[in-house]
Amino acid sequence: MSGAPAIELRGISKAFGPVQANKDISLKVMPGTIHGIIGENGAGKSTLMSILYGFYKADSGQILVNGRETPIPDSQAAIKAGIGMVFQHFKLVENFSVLENVVLGAEEGAFLRPTLGKARKHLTELARDYEMNVNPDAKIEDLSVGHQQRVEILKALYREANILILDEPTGVLTPAEADHLFRILRGLKNEGKTIILITHKLREIMEITDTVSVMRRGQMTDTVKTAETSPQDLAERMVGRKVLLRVDKTPAQPGKTVLEVKGLRVTDSQGVERLKGIDLTVRAGEIVGIAGVAGNGQSELLDVLGGIRHATGSVMLNGAPLSLTGPGSDARARRRAGITHVPEDRHRLGLILDFKAWENTGFGYHDLPKYNSGLMMDNRALREDTAAKMKRFDVRPDDPNLAAKSFSGGNQQKIVLAREIEAGPDLLLIGQPTRGVDIGAIEFIHQQIVQLRDEGKAILLVSVELDEIMSLSDRIAVMFDGRIMGERLPAETNETELGLLMAGMEGRAA
Amino acid sequence: MQKLPTWADVVLIPVINLVLAFLVSGLVILYIGENPVQALKVMVNGAMGSTRGWGYTLFFATNFIFTGLAVAVAYHASLFNIGGEGQAALGGLGVALVCLAVDWPVWWLALPFAVIGGAAFGAAWAAIPAWLNAKRGSHIVITTIMFNFIASALMVYLLVNILKAPGMAPESAGFPEGTHLPTAYDVLGLFGIPFNRFAPLNVAFLVALAACWGVWVLIWRTRLGYEIRAYGRSEPAAVYAGISPVRIIMVTMLISGGLAGLMGVNAVMGEAERLTLDAVQGAGFVGIAVALMGRNHPVGVFLAAVLFGALYQGGIELEFEIPAISREMILVIQALVILFTGALDGMVRTPLERLFLSFRKNGAA
Repeated sequence: MSGAPAIELRGISKAFGPVQANKDISLKVMPGTIHGIIGENGAGKSTLMSILYGFYKADSGQILVNGRETPIPDSQAAIKAGIGMVFQHFKLVENFSVLENVVLGAEEGAFLRPTLGKARKHLTELARDYEMNVNPDAKIEDLSVGHQQRVEILKALYREANILILDEPTGVLTPAEADHLFRILRGLKNEGKTIILITHKLREIMEITDTVSVMRRGQMTDTVKTAETSPQDLAERMVGRKVLLRVDKTPAQPGKTVLEVKGLRVTDSQGVERLKGIDLTVRAGEIVGIAGVAGNGQSELLDVLGGIRHATGSVMLNGAPLSLTGPGSDARARRRAGITHVPEDRHRLGLILDFKAWENTGFGYHDLPKYNSGLMMDNRALREDTAAKMKRFDVRPDDPNLAAKSFSGGNQQKIVLAREIEAGPDLLLIGQPTRGVDIGAIEFIHQQIVQLRDEGKAILLVSVELDEIMSLSDRIAVMFDGRIMGERLPAETNETELGLLMAGMEGRAA
Repeated sequence: MQKLPTWADVVLIPVINLVLAFLVSGLVILYIGENPVQALKVMVNGAMGSTRGWGYTLFFATNFIFTGLAVAVAYHASLFNIGGEGQAALGGLGVALVCLAVDWPVWWLALPFAVIGGAAFGAAWAAIPAWLNAKRGSHIVITTIMFNFIASALMVYLLVNILKAPGMAPESAGFPEGTHLPTAYDVLGLFGIPFNRFAPLNVAFLVALAACWGVWVLIWRTRLGYEIRAYGRSEPAAVYAGISPVRIIMVTMLISGGLAGLMGVNAVMGEAERLTLDAVQGAGFVGIAVALMGRNHPVGVFLAAVLFGALYQGGIELEFEIPAISREMILVIQALVILFTGALDGMVRTPLERLFLSFRKNGAA
């Protein structure tokens, strides 16, 4: 750990119109270290990394790679300088093989075959050196998210990257997958590679980084040795005030059964059975958390209950059966019945990003009398209602005329949450409530969920963040491979036991 | 955040595109040894220099408004309806059947029924591709374009075998007197405003204006329009909101086809006063360019339709006045306008966005 920094930024500034995304940022990343960059959503982390990778051009400032000033006008220049990037949203061609994806953009000559042959050999070596087993001939669409990420890393290594930037790499991973990723990263570090890890998860920073830099509102506010700080300290540096890391709630007082699911089965379009007979109840005034590795049927469960997917079996809401196929099983019917739904993927389902905030507030509720007069929508009523909701849920900026895409992740989630909570549901379905949401907003969102519970509503929570499940749920059901492996009370279990259930361990014995 | 101020997006970019298109057209005209300034004069004068010119320009524009709106409405649901040609042809058939079926006493009684007939036939023709798309997932671009050919063959069959009036030409009998729509000459004459007697501009133009307003209300004010736009932006999100994709696809395409079908009111009832084989004359395809240039907004569609109407009319004059400039050359000019306003839009847009960004930054600093 001597000599020139692997990356040095001097006085980087970048503005988008009137928004100053990065302000006079200076940073030194020493070679052979893992350097964390932490900050809330919208703090400017991603912009900074995009400048480093040549996606944006800085308005001012210099980039030095290994002590030499290196202008990076485009990503080709970044690759040449030995910088590799693993994006939060993978940039892989779904129906190409691993091998084809790895060589994509690095093909040599007019024919593919020689490159592929060479790449196969190189890939096998890389996979062996860094403990990254991936079948080079597998199609991307058939791989788990964790494996897809490995392909992204391999892509960067194939291009001989010495400096690897990972943007929120664990957002989509299970605890086990994240552990594996960290092992890989440590391996890379031991080989002398430099790693920049962008995240908003304090635990990851504490676990794996050597140094951590904190960004707040476009500025680099602190750089500290990880060993000399604590999660509480970092959280306060990030948000700029004291924050509550634990959820503050009283014991639940469950009432009558609101949701009763029996023998629920779902087969997807490929003929794969995704839900294999789910039995579950949720009572009034209770938060039931579904823990599990992503892709074990939680999404399908939410989809069925939310009226997006057909199923067989029986679902009773307040003692009345819900239709699971055909007319009356769509999302509109579910909302009428008293189920509202904060979807796991707010960009794909929960919001129309190009629509304005007020148009999104009507989304799914656009046929309510209060938003309509005859065939026309009452846009003014909708705007006023949105403004009021934005105030109550502390959405910033509180301008109903702004397009949904202009809000940060946390504020987008608050817009969805305000809509679905204030619709007055008997049962709230909520998937990944704090995915891509900053710490300040997480605290607020958790409070809202607990408050809804205290009003006597039933809440079904799906999250891949075990912390969130543990701290928010009154009862935990663990899903694995389309089945519920067991139910636990949060006070009577721990992460190890839940982790085993999530991996499908105890189910066979029980 | 918006990259460009609205006025730049709506006015500046189309104007720059047009100027570029005319510059290149000028080079082409120069190349064949004619004077481009002279040609431009003839075109502008022919299209807008007299009430006769305007009468033809706005007549063509009426056709393009209907077909342009048809494309625009479908676009809001992310459906690319390029079957305007066939839907307009069938719309013409519907109008003709209405006009021939009853001995209409007076035009204002016939017009509403002709509107219904044209819209119903156009909608019916769009309904089949729409159903195939909604239920079977057939690609709407492929099916609508195929239905143009089927429509064309169907019209030939009908006009040769069934609807043909005695005589040489494959065309229907002339419509009865009571279906003849008042022309601009008739209408403006009531107010003492002189207008060319032979120009085909007629009251269908007002129907087109009403359609523009109707589409605006539909898309931006009604619940259905909201659902159409939501579906167009994101199908999974629409399903999440309880909006039925099948319903949206069907309803949108019916409206789109109906709008295209209304063109028959202008071309068949208003001008030809009989059903002919060439009633549509490519207006269905021009509608795509019109919608593209008009940014799928009724006001934009109206302006673009007038522009294309002027191009058509000016082109005809040009062909007449300067024989060296052939019909094909005029097609080249029209194609250049479509190319620059539609396909090459980004060529102007991207640098302009940069320019505005740097202005704004300097303003802020």
